Amino acid sequence: MRNMGKLMILTSLTFGGGAVLADAVDERLASYQAEGAGPFDAAQGESMWNGSYVHAKADKPRNCASCHTDNLKSSGQHARTGKAIEPMAPSVNTKRLTEAREIEKWFGRNCKWTMGRECTAQEKGDFLSYMRLQ
Amino acid sequence: MSKLMPFLALAATVGLASGSVTADDDGSYSRHGPDVAPVENALYQDECGSCHFAYQPGLLPMESWLKLMGSLEDHFSENAALDGATRQQLIGYLVANAAENSGTRRSAKILRSLGKEIPIRITDVPYIWRQHDEIPPRLIRTNAALRSLSNCAACHTRAETGSYAERDILIPGMGRWED
Repeated sequence: MRNMGKLMILTSLTFGGGAVLADAVDERLASYQAEGAGPFDAAQGESMWNGSYVHAKADKPRNCASCHTDNLKSSGQHARTGKAIEPMAPSVNTKRLTEAREIEKWFGRNCKWTMGRECTAQEKGDFLSYMRLQ
Repeated sequence: MSKLMPFLALAATVGLASGSVTADDDGSYSRHGPDVAPVENALYQDECGSCHFAYQPGLLPMESWLKLMGSLEDHFSENAALDGATRQQLIGYLVANAAENSGTRRSAKILRSLGKEIPIRITDVPYIWRQHDEIPPRLIRTNAALRSLSNCAACHTRAETGSYAERDILIPGMGRWED
């Protein structure tokens, strides 16, 4: 039992601040895998992040950079309201990718805004694999 | 509609408790508290305020908030969908603090200016647009710092506190606005 306690302390020390981040993304990836998606590819996520999408209701193509800029470490700006958006990169904004609920809320809204449809589990996994490295 | 009844009942109770509404000339508010009650709900501030100024619930009547919260998938052409539990919590907050229940003088003016219409845009409330109709477009729509009349906090420097007093107005590119 004593060893068990030590092991748990060691584990939490080892993962320290990064533990929360890894947990939410890992949990999401496992959930997408359970839906039949994977393996996930950060390069594919990057390519989708930089891609442009024709949206039926928009007069010009949309992309992630429309609001987040092409640098995930920079602050963005809401395309419509102009409100500042904090950086997406977890390396400069530790609040990012820490909550499954937030991750799914924003995928839900932003895949539809950008691509005009929901993202698939595979796409979400690829996006998260790319974003977590930033 | 039956789903909304508990909220309406709750709102009515809160409304009765909120005290009398003080009417006053525009331009000063401090003797009577804020123009509208400030947002003191972290969930609302976080969920709604991440994309735009967190408009105080007292800026619209409860029917307007219910209508707006019923169409978040197409929220002024944006997708602002929320999970069901979050949405319900926010509806409860909005209704309990809507113009009918906020007990402030600007909320009372907003209500009085409305006829049968149920606007979902605050800028469509007659009292609100009448307050702004003398401001030329170059200071609002074509002003890059504003873009639209919806951007309250761009000029109302203390909007977050619920103050829309004239002395707190500073229009980007122009300065003080005096009526």
